[in-house]
Amino acid sequence: MSIKGKAYIAGAFEHPTRKAPDKSVFQLHAECAAGALADAGLTKDDVDGYFCAGDAAGMGPINIADYMNLRLSYLDSTDVGGTSYIGAVGHAAAAINAGKCNVALITLSGRPRSEGVQTGTGQRPGNPQVGDSPWETHFSPATTNVYGMVAARHMHEYGTTSEQLAWIKVAASHHAQWNEHAMLRNVVTVEEVVNSPMVSTPLHRLDCCIISDGGGALIVVKPEIARSLKRPLVKVMGHGESWKGQMGGDVDLTYSGARWSGAAAFAESGVKQSDIKYASIYDSFTITVLMQLEDLGFCEKGQGGKFVSDGNLISGVGKLPFNTDGGGLCNNHPANRGGITKVIEAVRQLRGEAHPKVQVPNCDVALAHGTGGLLGSRHGSSTLILERE
Amino acid sequence: MAIMEDRKIPPNCSNPESDAFYAAADEGKFMIRRCTSCKKAHWYPRAVCPFCFGATEWEQASGEGTVYSFSTMLRSNFTMAYVTLKEGPTMMTNLIKIDPETMKIGAKVKLAWVQTDANKVPCFEPA
Repeated sequence: MSIKGKAYIAGAFEHPTRKAPDKSVFQLHAECAAGALADAGLTKDDVDGYFCAGDAAGMGPINIADYMNLRLSYLDSTDVGGTSYIGAVGHAAAAINAGKCNVALITLSGRPRSEGVQTGTGQRPGNPQVGDSPWETHFSPATTNVYGMVAARHMHEYGTTSEQLAWIKVAASHHAQWNEHAMLRNVVTVEEVVNSPMVSTPLHRLDCCIISDGGGALIVVKPEIARSLKRPLVKVMGHGESWKGQMGGDVDLTYSGARWSGAAAFAESGVKQSDIKYASIYDSFTITVLMQLEDLGFCEKGQGGKFVSDGNLISGVGKLPFNTDGGGLCNNHPANRGGITKVIEAVRQLRGEAHPKVQVPNCDVALAHGTGGLLGSRHGSSTLILERE
Repeated sequence: MAIMEDRKIPPNCSNPESDAFYAAADEGKFMIRRCTSCKKAHWYPRAVCPFCFGATEWEQASGEGTVYSFSTMLRSNFTMAYVTLKEGPTMMTNLIKIDPETMKIGAKVKLAWVQTDANKVPCFEPA
């Protein structure tokens, strides 16, 4: 049984805030939900399915559903890190296809910036109930150093350079300059990236995403409802999920779970890499993008450095426009989780509602892909392929 | 650069699957676990084999390894690493007593215990 064509994304909303010291997390969730419903032309009473992840504090979806006072026939709080919301679109489509719900709401929100969270460098306390913690937490796998090990190994195996990684940030910055809400709107050069301070070798400060408050929401509906609304039709074509870890000690940092989730999504959708006009690629770090592009099959393994160079990811310049909102590297990484903004910008592109300076002409097929958790230790992986009908 | 001055490593936590490892560690013995069915060693140590779900048992390991990858946080004075043990598995650890500029993937390293406020934890230094 396939979800191809069995659900549509009818509403998408990205909260305009990037710093919200005066708002609560649940308030941000509800504001995003209201924004996405208004975008779709639906109301709160239409929602009968709700999907959230680890950023929604409380017991799974219960506390946040209570805050929003939703009436639900389907609930899902699968948490695989920042990519959860890309996977949630697939889960929502499956639930809709099974007749479990008709209008699914997906929300994400958080305020790590206001709370001063040291997302990439902070030490985390051990938790002996988590099986890996007694073996790892004291070694301080802060986000940047675990991604740093992936970058170091890629450089060792394939000769990838810091300058090649820098092109990913450069492309994101070219897009962010047109986004009035983006946290970082200055266009940067390769030299500026490689000369920015070293955070964790070989990753520089400008190889890392931003830390922002905010959130987003999506509305996924069954086909009949999508056709009754006034918005352009964005159809779910395929979805794939996986994860990858240390494989019992057979650690291999040269590939990610995208190898599996991407293959599943392409197979379900019947779409080829060459059909993709626009790609939202999770950009927690520049190396994250490079690894995922290879594992999704946009280029051969090891050729990612060459693929991203010379502006190949810049809309209007290169062959594969990516993250035209500026991505997590420049625009927004709300709650340290970039999955939902990846879907939102793909929806904008398919609707023709991206900023005119970055809108991809005739954008009929798009991909959104994410990595959640830590690429170099254990991570979730979700791929979504969407089509403008 | 020169040899980096190492940070103080935070205390480890432990649970019933790791208690025996840390008891041995405090006596200077580096233990790994191997499956009694498929005979393969794994990391991190588990009672249930991650390859075949067979039963596993402790064995003392050599403490010899090679650097699979590493990343140095200069401001925090430590180096995160994966080291591939002579026995096969690759483990997360910290490298100590290294010059981050001359350290290379593939370098030979050896076990070096570091005392934390809890137990001794297995780090690696140049062999």
